Parts: sequence; C-alpha cells; structure tokens
Amino acid sequence: MAMDIHKETDLRLTRRTFLGKSVRSIGSLALGSLLTPSLLGAAPEIERWQGIVTTPHVPPKAKRIIHLCMAGGPSHLETLDYKPQLAELDGQPMPKSFTEGQPIAQLQGQADSLKCLGPTHEFKKYGQSGQEMSTAFPHIGSLADDICIVRSLKTEQINHDPAHTFMNTGTAIAGRPSMGSWLLYGLGSENENLPGYVVLTSSGGGQDQPIATRQWHSGFLPGQFQGVQFHSIGDPVHYVTNPGGVNTEQQRDVVDAVQTLNGMLDETVEDPAISTRISQYEMAFRMQTSVPELTDISKEPQHVLDAYGAEPGDGSYASNCLLARRLAERGVRFIQLYHRGWDHHGGIENAIKTTSGYVDKATAALVNDLKQRGMLDDTLVIWGGEFGRTPMAQGTGRDHHIKGFSMWMAGGGIKGGISYGNTDELGYNSVENIVHVHDFHATMLHLFGINHEKLVYRFQGRDFRLTDVHGHVVRDILA
Amino acid sequence: MSQTQLSCLNSPRWVRTRCVSFVLLLLGLAIVLQPVYAEKLQFDRDVLPILSDKCFACHGPDPAVRQANLRLDTKEGAFSAPSGYPIIVPGEPENSELVLRITHENIDQRMPPQIANRQPTQKDIDTLIQWIAEGAEWEEHWVYSLPERVDLPPVENTGWVRNPIDAFILERLEAEDLTPSAEADKRTLIRRLRFDLTGLLPTPAEVEKFLGDENPDAYQSLVNRLLSEPQYGEQMAMYWLDLVRYADTSGYHADENVSIWPYRDYVIKAFNDNMPFDQFTVENLAGDLLPNPTPAQKIAVGYNRLNQTTSEGGAQAKEYLAIYAADRVRTTASVWLGATLGCAQCHDHKFDPYTAKDFYSFAAFFADVEGPGVYPGRSKWEPVVMLPTPTQESVLQDIDDELAKLQQVFKTSSPALEAEQTEWENEVLSLLDATESADFAWVDDVQANGGRTEGTWEFVGKNEAPVFSKLYSRKQTAEAGKTVQHAFRGANRTFTVAAGDRLFAYIWLDPESPPETVMLQWNDGNWNHRAFWGEDKINFGEIGSNTPDHKPMGPLPAVGEWVRLEVDPADVGLEPESVLNGIAFVQFGGTAYWDMAGVATTRGSAVKHTHTEQVIAAIQVDASVRTTHQREQIAAEYRRITPALDGIRNQIADLEKQKGELESQIPYSLTTVSTLPRTTRVLPRGNWMDDSGEIVEPMIPAFLGDLGIKNRRPTRLELAQWIASKDNPLTARTFVNRLWALYFGTGLSRVLDDLGAQGESPTHPELLDWLAVEFVESGWNVKHIVKLLVTSNTYRQASKSNEVLEEKDAYNRLLARQSRWRLDAEAVRDNALMLSGLLIPKIGGPSVRPYQPTGYYANLNFPKRVYVHDTGENQYRRGLYTHWQRTFLHPSMMAFDAPSRQECTAERATSNTPMQALTLLNDPSYVEAARVFAERIIQEGGESVAERINWAYQWTLSRMPQPKELEIITSLYEKHHAEYTADLDAANALVSTGEAPMTADVARDELAAWTSVARVILNLHETIMRY
Repeated sequence: MAMDIHKETDLRLTRRTFLGKSVRSIGSLALGSLLTPSLLGAAPEIERWQGIVTTPHVPPKAKRIIHLCMAGGPSHLETLDYKPQLAELDGQPMPKSFTEGQPIAQLQGQADSLKCLGPTHEFKKYGQSGQEMSTAFPHIGSLADDICIVRSLKTEQINHDPAHTFMNTGTAIAGRPSMGSWLLYGLGSENENLPGYVVLTSSGGGQDQPIATRQWHSGFLPGQFQGVQFHSIGDPVHYVTNPGGVNTEQQRDVVDAVQTLNGMLDETVEDPAISTRISQYEMAFRMQTSVPELTDISKEPQHVLDAYGAEPGDGSYASNCLLARRLAERGVRFIQLYHRGWDHHGGIENAIKTTSGYVDKATAALVNDLKQRGMLDDTLVIWGGEFGRTPMAQGTGRDHHIKGFSMWMAGGGIKGGISYGNTDELGYNSVENIVHVHDFHATMLHLFGINHEKLVYRFQGRDFRLTDVHGHVVRDILA
Repeated sequence: MSQTQLSCLNSPRWVRTRCVSFVLLLLGLAIVLQPVYAEKLQFDRDVLPILSDKCFACHGPDPAVRQANLRLDTKEGAFSAPSGYPIIVPGEPENSELVLRITHENIDQRMPPQIANRQPTQKDIDTLIQWIAEGAEWEEHWVYSLPERVDLPPVENTGWVRNPIDAFILERLEAEDLTPSAEADKRTLIRRLRFDLTGLLPTPAEVEKFLGDENPDAYQSLVNRLLSEPQYGEQMAMYWLDLVRYADTSGYHADENVSIWPYRDYVIKAFNDNMPFDQFTVENLAGDLLPNPTPAQKIAVGYNRLNQTTSEGGAQAKEYLAIYAADRVRTTASVWLGATLGCAQCHDHKFDPYTAKDFYSFAAFFADVEGPGVYPGRSKWEPVVMLPTPTQESVLQDIDDELAKLQQVFKTSSPALEAEQTEWENEVLSLLDATESADFAWVDDVQANGGRTEGTWEFVGKNEAPVFSKLYSRKQTAEAGKTVQHAFRGANRTFTVAAGDRLFAYIWLDPESPPETVMLQWNDGNWNHRAFWGEDKINFGEIGSNTPDHKPMGPLPAVGEWVRLEVDPADVGLEPESVLNGIAFVQFGGTAYWDMAGVATTRGSAVKHTHTEQVIAAIQVDASVRTTHQREQIAAEYRRITPALDGIRNQIADLEKQKGELESQIPYSLTTVSTLPRTTRVLPRGNWMDDSGEIVEPMIPAFLGDLGIKNRRPTRLELAQWIASKDNPLTARTFVNRLWALYFGTGLSRVLDDLGAQGESPTHPELLDWLAVEFVESGWNVKHIVKLLVTSNTYRQASKSNEVLEEKDAYNRLLARQSRWRLDAEAVRDNALMLSGLLIPKIGGPSVRPYQPTGYYANLNFPKRVYVHDTGENQYRRGLYTHWQRTFLHPSMMAFDAPSRQECTAERATSNTPMQALTLLNDPSYVEAARVFAERIIQEGGESVAERINWAYQWTLSRMPQPKELEIITSLYEKHHAEYTADLDAANALVSTGEAPMTADVARDELAAWTSVARVILNLHETIMRY
C-alpha cells in the first residue's frame, strides 16, 4: 500500500546532509533540522529529533509546558471572573440584547425564558496583587501573585468535543496536529528515554466528558510527534511491560538479537530505515525501565504526597499533578492533564465545591513545587477549559458558553500577579483585550521562541499553522 | 500589498528605469551563468508551481484577498498591464513587470512582500526569468484538460520494454543517463507480489513452486492467481476504506457504535468481482437513486453516511448539518477528484479555480440525504437497510401474514361489539368531569407514548417474573456500584399536572439482590425533578442535597412485594400546569421489577389523558353527524382498550414482540434515503449562522463545465455519472495515480489528494495520461490496470539503491529501481497470525475485537464502554475487520500508523517509533502469535535446533538464515532454554499468553525458549518490510 516514503526520504536526506556525507541540496524541505545521534555507548545510539526550529525566532522563555485542561468547561463565573451585577440580576430575565442571535447549546428553544444566575460562590481578593478569585478555590487563590488571569477568552465551538479539538488544534476539522505535536515538531524533546508529549486523564466532580485520542493526535505531522497517553489502570504506557515469564535480562536478549540481526540486514539491503528502527528499539527498551520508574510515585516523600493529596496508584488528578512535575523534571516537552469533571449543567453550587476538592489543592501544590525547585521560570503552566459557562441559569446550573471565559497561566515567561482582559458586566461577552484561542496559541509558541507564522507544515498543497491564518501574541502578559 | 509596496507601479519613469537597469544586470548573470534547465522549461512542471506557491495567495482566484487587482492564475491576468506596465512580455524579461518586482533592489518594492512566508529561492527567480525569455508560453493547469494517449516514446534498450509503462519510464531514464536495475530475485518478487496484492506472506511451498517454475509465464500466472484470491479484495478494500473514512463508530463526542460493516464487505466484493470503477462510483454516491436498487446498492450508498456524526446533547442541528455537508464535499472531492475543494468552504480557493459557490453548489447535490443534524443517542442511526437472511426473511413474512390476519379479525365489527362501544362512549362522556380519584396509567405493558425511548425496557411475563398489572412487568438489573435506568422523553402523549395530583410507580425489589437506591425522574423540558428511596447513591442532581432535583423519600421500599411509590409533584418542583413528557426508572445496583406508572388524579383527568384530544373531541360529536374519520378514530380507540378484545390484542402483542426480537437480530447497514432537499446557501466565511448568502442549486464546479440540465434540479445520480464519465479529466487520473502509489510507493504525481496547482506536476505526465485513458477505455477495469502495473519490468526491478541513484534520484521518482516500505498496520499483525497458523481467513462479517489493554475506553462516555475482546475465531481475523473506534483506535493499529478515519486518508504516514517496538515486543496478540508459532516450529520444523531455525526463516522470510544469523539465534535459544528449564514457572507464564489452546505434548521450557526465538523473528525489520 502507498506509504509516505517520500517523507521518510526527506528525513534521511536531511540527516545525511547534516553528517556531511552529501552536499546535495535538499530544496524546499521543511525540515531544517535533523536527527542527531547521542553519545556513543555500548547500547545502540538513539537518534533524537531536535526540532525544525534550530534557531529560535525570538528569545525563548519556556522549555516545557504543563497544560491543566479542565475538561467540561469550568464556569468562569464561579472561578476567576466575578460579576456583582450578575448577582444583582439573579433570577431576573437575561437581557435579550446579550443573547439574541447567539449560538446556544442545551438551552436551545428557551430563548424567551432565559434567566440570570448570580455567582453561586463568594469571591475575594488574594495575595499582594489582590487578584479576585472564587473562595471555592482557596489554594489556587494563594497563587495569586504568581499567575496571570486572562478573563477575555473566546472560542468558536460550543460543544465539548469540537471545542477541545479547537483548543488543541486551532480548528474543529479533524486530522490537524494538536499543539503538543506542533511544539514537539518545532523543538524536539529533551529526553531520549521518554516520549516528548505525555497525556494523563482523571475524573471526578461532574459527569465525565469523553476525551478522544484526537486531542493529542499528530494529525498530518509524522506519528512520532503524537502524544502518548499514560494510564493509571494496567500498563502505564501501552505494552511497556514485559510479557509474563520474561525478565529484564531476557527481554534485553531478545532486543539485542533483533538489533544485531537488523544491523546485519542493513549490510545487505542498505535500508536507511534500519538505523532508525534500531534506535527506536533502544528507546523502547529504555522506556520499559524509565516509565515504571517515573510513574511510581510511592517513593516520593510523604510530605510531598500530602501536599498534593496524592495516593500512589489512585489515578487521581492529584497524582497526575505529581507525575506532571516528575515528567517536567525529566525534560518532557508537553505535559497535558485532562480533568473530566467540569460539565456543570445542574447543581453548580455544590458541583463547583466537589470539583474543587479534586483540583484545587493539587494544582497549587504543583505550582509551588515547581517554584521551589526553580523550575517555574521555564515551565509554562496553563489552567483552563475548552470554554466557559453561561451567565444564564440552566435549572440550577449553567450551559456551555464560548463568547467569554477565563484561564490562568503561570511561569515560563508569563507575568505573575496580573489580570488581563475583561468580559462585560454580566460575564457574557469578552469585551476588553479579547484573547481568541488563536492568540493564546500564538502567545504560547512565542514563549517557546517560535514565531507562530513561521512554524508551518505543508499538507495537501497548503502551508498549515497552528494558528491557521490568525493569531496575535498577547504581549502585555509577558514578563 | 500596502500602498508603499505598490508605489513602484505608480512611480515616475526615471525611478523605474533605474530599477530595470539593475534587473538587467541581474539578468545577465541569471541567464548566462545559471540556466536552470538545459532543456526548455515546461510551464506546468516548472513555472506554475512557483507562481501558485509564491503569488496566488494574493494574486490568485480568491477576489476577497486579491491585491492590486492583479491575478496571476489566469493567462488574461498574467499578460495584463495594470497601471500601464505589462506584467509579462514574452521574450523580454527586462521589460516584464513581474521580473522587475521579484528582483527589485528595494526590499519594500520587492515581491512577494517580506512579511510573506513565501519567499522564492534564487532558482525560482531564475526559472521565471528563463521561462519569460523563452517566450512565456502559457498553458492551462495539466489536470483540467482531458488526458490524451500519446504514442509510446522511442527507447534505445527496446528489449527492456515489457509493456507500455516501461517505455515511458525507460525513455526518461535514458534521457537522464540512468539504467534500470536488474530484475529482483524470484524470492523477492513473490513476496512483493503477495504483500502488494493480498497483504499476506507466501508459504514456503508457494515460494518453492515459483522458484522452480521455469515456464516463461510463471510470473504472469502468479499475478493472475493472486488477483483471483479473495484476499486481493481485502487488500484493495483496506486502502479504499481509508479514503472514504470507513469506521464502526460515529466519531464525535460519545463516539457511539454504528453498523455499517456491510459496506466494508460490499467494497471487498466489488474489488474481487472487478466491478467497473464507474459503476462502483455510481453505487457509492447514488445507489439509492438507481431504478429498483438492490440490497447491495443500498449498502453501497452508505458511502454518504460514513461522515462523523454527533449525538451530543446541546449540539445544534443546523450547525452539524453544515458540518456534515462540508465533510461530504471535502471527502468526495478528495476521493474521486483529487481536489481540495474543501478549501473553498470559507472563501474562493487560493490556488485552484474553485469558488466558494462551487463548494456549496457541490454540497447541494447531497442536500437530499435524509438524516438529522443530531442523532438520537443509542439508536440505529437511521435510515438503515435491513439485511435479513433468507430464513429470517421467511419467518418475518410468516409473522407479517399472521399479523395481517389478526388485524383483519381485530378490525371486524359485530353488532355486539358496536353496542358495547356505544356504552363505552357514553361512559367516557359521563366521566369527563368526574372528580373522584383514579389512576392514570402512563406506562404499563408497552411504551406507547412515542418520543425517545432509552434503556433496555425488558418486558417479562407472568410465567417468569412478578407482574403487578396486566401481562408484563419490566425487569431491570444493575451491576454492583452502577446506575442503570430505562426512560422515555419527548412523548407524544404528555400529562398536564393538576393540583392534587400525585405521581406513582409500582416496584418489586428482588429480595436476593435489592438495589441500594431506586429513583424516579420526571421530564418537563429537563430532568431536574427527582425522588429517590434508599441510600443516596445516584449522582443525578447533587449527592447529599435535599432539593427538588434530588429529593430523598426515605428508606427503600420492602423487598419481595409490590410497593406503590408515590410522590407529591410539588416535592420535585412540578407546579400545576407542568407538562410531563417523560419519566425515568432508575436504580443503583441490584434487580427490580417495575410496573404500571402514572399519575393518581381525578377520574376525568385520567380519562382525558388516556385518550387523545381528538378522540375525546370525536366522542363529543353527536353520533349522527360524525365524519367517517371521526368514526374510525373512535372505533380504533375502543379496540385499543376494550377488555372484550384482550385475547386477540395479546396475540397481536405477542407476535409484535416476536417480530421485534427477530428484527433486533437482523444485521443492518446505514444507508442513504433521498428526501426533499434541504435549502443550501453559500455560507459567508463558512459561518453556519449567517443566512445572508445566496441559495444555490446543485452544480458541478463552474470551470469544469455544466451537466447540461435545464429547468430541474440535477441529482446526486447525475453528479456520480459525471464524476465517473470519460469527460471528467480528474477521476481516472486520480485513481490510477493512487494505484501507481500502491505498487511503486509514490504517485506519479506525488500529492495523492491534490492534483491541483499546489500538487505536483507528474514526473511522467504522458504515462499518467496513458494509464488514465487505458483505465477509461478498458471499461474502468481496475484489475486490468493493476495487472499492467505489476507485470511491468519497472515493477519487477530490485529495490536496492546505489550511490549513483542516491545522488541523482534520491526520491526514486525516475524509477531506476523499485521502492521499499514497511507493511501496513493490518498486515503486520495479519502476518504474525498467519505464521502462527491462528489466522482465520474468513471474509466479511461484523467487526471483531482483538485483545486490547484494559481501561483503554475509560475516557469514553454516554454510554460508558467496556471493551470485551472476542474469543475463538474472531480473535484471529485480519486487521481489516478490527472494530474501528474513531476516537480510540486500537493501540497497536495506531502505533503502526493506521488512520483514525475521521477524514479521507489518501496516504498513510509511515513512522518508525518506540511504540511500534513495544507493540511487537509485548502486545499479547504478538506474544501469543510467537508462542503458537513456536509450537509449529517445534512440531513441524524438524529435530535439530538448526533445522528448526531454518524452518522458521523459510516461513517468515522465505529464505535460509545466514550462518551468522543461525549462530545468534541458536545462542539465544540455548541461553533461554537453560533459563526456562531452571524456572518452569516463568516458562509456564510465557507460554500461557493468550487464549489459543496449547498442545499438551510440548515441554514448557522448550516451548518458552522457542517463543523467545519466535519473538525475535517477528520483531525483525525484514519481517515487516516489503522490498
């Protein structure tokens, strides 16, 4: 069957040029960089992708990213965006001037009876910066001076699945690379023994939204840039455990035999894919050791486990936060956590409390831990969902909302202790310093030293970008 | 382009002269010292790609972004003279504004603007200059004119030309001073052919026979034989299913299962039967519109239903109808036309002459495809075509005949019945205002209220279960710790609550296994009206709260007896006048029987809600003046309820139940049903909420002509016929180009899904056209073209490269050798299964579920999914039949680059990752295959270690091992044999991987050691490569 062997040749020629074996021009190849062998050792070398952006377009601030994706759509009105006027209008009809002609999800057909729902939690000012946040999130509140709250986000998709796709890929059309894949393609990874893009999921606090693998798929980028999901049930990474009855030494024997025989094959057929294959087997073997070592948090000191509220093996968001730190320490480029507990269509007052119980403490522990270890400076932490929730009531809850919502960022070149942008008095529309998802992407890439207009990949005859044809760097929030 | 950048066009002449003289200086260098090509440039191949890539984004087909009113995608535009200065002067680059601008010394004046990502290389600039110097011959883009067959080119080495393909290839090679590679050895050839045509390895016997066959036709007859094997159809189907994005689930959000596997089987059969591709095309796109469509054609037209769909609550139907329409356009254009028409969704295409209006006019062809924007969850995803077996069909027919007889009897009137009916009518009239209390049964022996029914609704009769009212109750069982419910909502027969009414339902809790919680929910537009008994375990509403959406009613009712649950509507937030449209019966764990449920109300209200308003109204009309319709309505209603007809009604109900059960076992497939077309508008910027765009009728892209249909709406059938007609320049080229890629690794035109301006001009345009014409003239005969390709000398070359080729043709586009590539995901596993002897070669049927890591579907919901792998035969089917879950594709398939099939995939990625290594090393499917292969090695491979290794190599690689290879494997075997002899538990653990039975008479330590050997062999690069 037809294969993309053309691209494989691209990679090979790029590598060869680098090694000085050929001076052949590689024409218009997008691959500016190459696979560099690591240090020679007894085991076969691993060719690590170093990224296509060899020279940063702007000075980079962040080296890695931890994206805390609050899946389901956290209410900005119960977390980061206080609206006293909405409180005053609690139970009153929602002014039609806001809602007329606007997209709407589950409240479809109720355009004439929409009512305001005041914030169900108190807000207060936290820290020296006095940032206003919900009292339901005291631990996150304690981070006030480290984080930048953006209150003026906008997205284009009102249902969970496409909205996540939009947040990850900049479009709702399937088959495009997610931001983690873009970043890995652009910059490569810093660790030879672990995947460069790792995804973890957890649930609790609301009806669990489905999360599809397309969210961390590499789309039209080569498969090596795909996110790898870590699991709390069974193998932490699929097939990372030896078959029953095979010990490490025996597995090494098998791998060694494969490597040697493949090397011999190369002498006869001179197939350049063989050296890559050898390299990948070596990395796979190392992952069999490094992944279990990484995911075993039981050896963390008790006070650290307590700070996060993590119990080894529980698959909780807290454990995932601790794993995120461990992944970050090991140079994983893009770490993405999904907590699937935020779809609060009903009973939002209690639901926020419940979800906060899963998320609040561990989030703060992660940021503090990074800070303590001196890693926050070059780790970009992002906390937010795929959209926000309506100022209008849906029974005792809120519906999906895309015209205005909030997230916060910290570290990695972000200015702490500030807020940026605003929604209108009822928290419906972003009105001041609007940050579209494309702008968020442009800013994120900027922090990694990448001009979002220059990180392109040609597919179906078109140069695609994470930011499509949009996106502006939000300079005011940069440190 | 800003005003500043435009200024050169408007500058005084002296400035321009200075610019030009600088250019002349450049030109001197460019033309004299650096001719790009020794031969004359070709517009299509050399020039258009540069113009398209560097200029069209601002000077192309899209008027919305066109700068300086200049377009360079048309001859008219390119040879125009805006502001008086001609853009291109043939033969005079120094007088051509284009050259002036792309070489301008002033960076602000130079084109493209510096901010663009599209800076031309020096070679691009030189090419444009040379082309203008050569006379600037303008041609239309190659793919938009009909392919023509040219005479075969003359070649020197005529002996090498086995068929016309070779002449085209050789001519180019000779021109480039290259010689073709020698023919590959016969072992490689038979492996290559088997992989390419059937996806499976040859057996050693097959290899031996082929190697010994001295007949000059040996190769030809091998090809003929492989093309007639059913695995050929499977292999072709794999590729086709990628293109049309076939999958077993809906794709968006809940990603529910849908049944469309018969389409997959249709495709396999079509390729095996060598159905002409034009017929195949018509059946895919418009099989339903053919006269008297066959079941196969109704299955085929399921093509239009392969797009991703949603059932997400809160999804907006209009938005999703727009998404589905765009998806169909994008995919159909990719699959058949090799066109990126999808790029014209928001604006006119930037590089090809497709307009946004073309996009929506194309979408209008599909506007008649019946289906909602948001599908009801857990439904059949109708419309579907039912596919009963002959037996099922005849049983169904018998039931229907019997039902018809009973209905006849049921309808037959008698004086006695009429008298009773009159009595009943009078009773109804007298009770309409009666105020004594009575139960209104909303649900009893049947869910007859319409709307959306969810859950299992398992009706059980008196002979097997406790029943409170009438014939049936409803048994519901939940796993421990899980919530289940059955429910309906959106009922046609609603209930309007009045003051004093009380809601009720009957329940009988199984004393052996009572639920921990039971809950009732009522829907008046939302489900926030809930009452529960027992532990607070059901997380609808908020656990711990005492609110109308989560109302504790006290302890569980007594077990082992019928209990009437009763609720005051006010307690669950239902005011008088609330209109109920649904009810849900929920429990947490355990088993319960549910029976009659409804409202305790007044007799009058019960009567009014029992019969429809129309029936009540009809009864209120004096009998002498009732219309026929009213009389019929009343008679039908009386028959529905009268105890006098209980017997026959029950007979009918039983038969209908039987019919329902039978129907639930009949396979079905999503199909296309044509309905009144939806209005299609041009959506400005692709925005589905914007209704300001013009309404369009179905129309093919305007620059490609029209269908010649006047005064009526063209149909999907006519679109299909146009697509598969000889007058369409795109379809045949697109398809033969892909076939080429299947057997040579890369298309003659490289971008398999874009033959447009941003695609690639073919390396051998005459060959591509020759093949396209041959395809059409052969009657769209797919096997004919495949046979031509694989019997050519070009195909039969060795694949090994050499230094000369690496230097001159690293991408192997000139084909002085074959290409080599890794097998597809499916084939990697298929061959491991084949070697173990586990592979079940059965063709077709519902998709199957191989072993998969536990919890992989944990992130799916609505409903939650538990993956249960198949046992027996279905564990060992070809990868093609693996359940294709779009959001969670089987991990080992994903590791080897199988696409999720959300979008059309014309070319799979080929990655080489650690996940692949982990899969081959540790996935139980491969470990099991290795240990069963090991059994064969021991039992069939001979006595000595060397014999057995030889045997395994013969099977896997169709060759003997080299002495060194033998040595490496032998030493691994000996080491592991010793280790497993010393640790029999470990040996047992290894050889019990998977469910395949183990032969008793093989020593476990020996088997374990050979399993290690088999694992090595299955992991070899050579094992998963096609050379």
